[in-house]
Amino acid sequence: MKKHSSVLLFLLFFSVTLVAQKKLFTKTGLITFNSKTSIEKIQAVNKKVLAVLDVATNKIEFALLIKGFEFEKALMQEHFNENYLESDKFPKATFKGKFDDTNFTILAEENKTVTVNISGSLTLHGVTKPITAKALITTKNKTVSAASSLTILLSDYSIKIPALNKNNVNNQVQININLANLQEMK
Amino acid sequence: MKKLLFALICLLFICPVMAQDTSLVSGLEDENAVEKITGTFKSTRVINAHSTEMLYKGNMDFRILHRFGPVNSGVKEFFGLDNANMRMSFDFGITNNLMIGIGRSTNLKDLDFLIKTRLFQQTKGAKPIPVSILVAAGYIVTTQQSFATVKPTFSDRSSYYLQMIVGRKFNSNFSMQLSPLLLHNNSTLNPTDDKTIFGLGGGARYKVSKRIALVADYHYAVGKLDNAITNPVSLGVDIETGGHVFQLHFTNSAGMNEKAYLTQTTGKFFNGDIRFGFNLSRMFNIGKKKKNW
Repeated sequence: MKKHSSVLLFLLFFSVTLVAQKKLFTKTGLITFNSKTSIEKIQAVNKKVLAVLDVATNKIEFALLIKGFEFEKALMQEHFNENYLESDKFPKATFKGKFDDTNFTILAEENKTVTVNISGSLTLHGVTKPITAKALITTKNKTVSAASSLTILLSDYSIKIPALNKNNVNNQVQININLANLQEMK
Repeated sequence: MKKLLFALICLLFICPVMAQDTSLVSGLEDENAVEKITGTFKSTRVINAHSTEMLYKGNMDFRILHRFGPVNSGVKEFFGLDNANMRMSFDFGITNNLMIGIGRSTNLKDLDFLIKTRLFQQTKGAKPIPVSILVAAGYIVTTQQSFATVKPTFSDRSSYYLQMIVGRKFNSNFSMQLSPLLLHNNSTLNPTDDKTIFGLGGGARYKVSKRIALVADYHYAVGKLDNAITNPVSLGVDIETGGHVFQLHFTNSAGMNEKAYLTQTTGKFFNGDIRFGFNLSRMFNIGKKKKNW
């Protein structure tokens, strides 16, 4: 019995430390996208991106509401929701992925920047596709921030551009991700 | 037995650690988020009636409306296409909840002014608002020269209206509204007509594809009007192509302002007295929203 309880104690200790392992998150991440054609420049920002970085398991996850994208032109925003992303049907976009790098010791150091590779799956407009991207993780003034950018094709996510608007909307969209001041999850 | 207990306890400790791996973001989502419902109709008018849609701040809507002659006038009149009534209008979005407009019709050279405001917008999420409620008020003046012996004064040629719009987007395809209309004409064409007429209006839209919708609107006039006057019925299709909305329809009313369609419609819709018509809306961005990122 004594042996068992010591193992139990060890297990308890082990699992508690696992739970307490560092998770970083933000509810106010920034995702912007750009699509440019010779006629029209389409830009929008979502300032309420939810992002969680699990340092223990190297996992990363994003979630955002499509309706949270703000455009310069309100009518463009309405068409984005109604005609392209169909945000009534597909209100969310999510990303689930993993870092390739296990070396997160830098999080404890000041003024460091590392580049990590991320691979995972992006769910957008009801379609899930694998994507990869490089991300920069920076520690500065005791805060951790992360940034990345990638390009996706609307056709991959069955977002159709009507023939009439072929010259206004580019199939290729650049996405910039900026997570400033990641908080430690309690 | 002890071993089983031991295994069970071990499992208990390990389980919560594994359970956390399913979704990292679950439980972090904002539960108090309020979502405004947009795109209830494609345009600020269902066909004739004001819809629950508003112009966005800084947008100008240039509208060209046509109502051709009766289709049953035959091939000699090219099924009415030889004749056209027209109305041209400019509407401006002052804020997202307030718009003004000015329009002119060829019929009686009516000039009309509009102010429309949204009191409530349909929302979902925490504390949802089930319907949008809007109020539109307008003034219409006939500017056509009169050859009567006693010329009507400016006041005689004036009409006023107040319309309330209560509408709901039931799902992404189907929207419906009720739009009671109170109209006062300072003078009437027929001396026995009531000067104040109440119109019980209704409209609906059903989206058949992302950019094409079927629309209908109707007003039931309450009040004493000449026997020849009928209630305006319109059925049509909305086609949206980015900055343009084309509304093609069949209607029994030649008039395109509130006075004209409620108290001057003479066609009997179900007797084939229908006209082809269209509303063309072109949106211009005149005041740019400041980029805030």
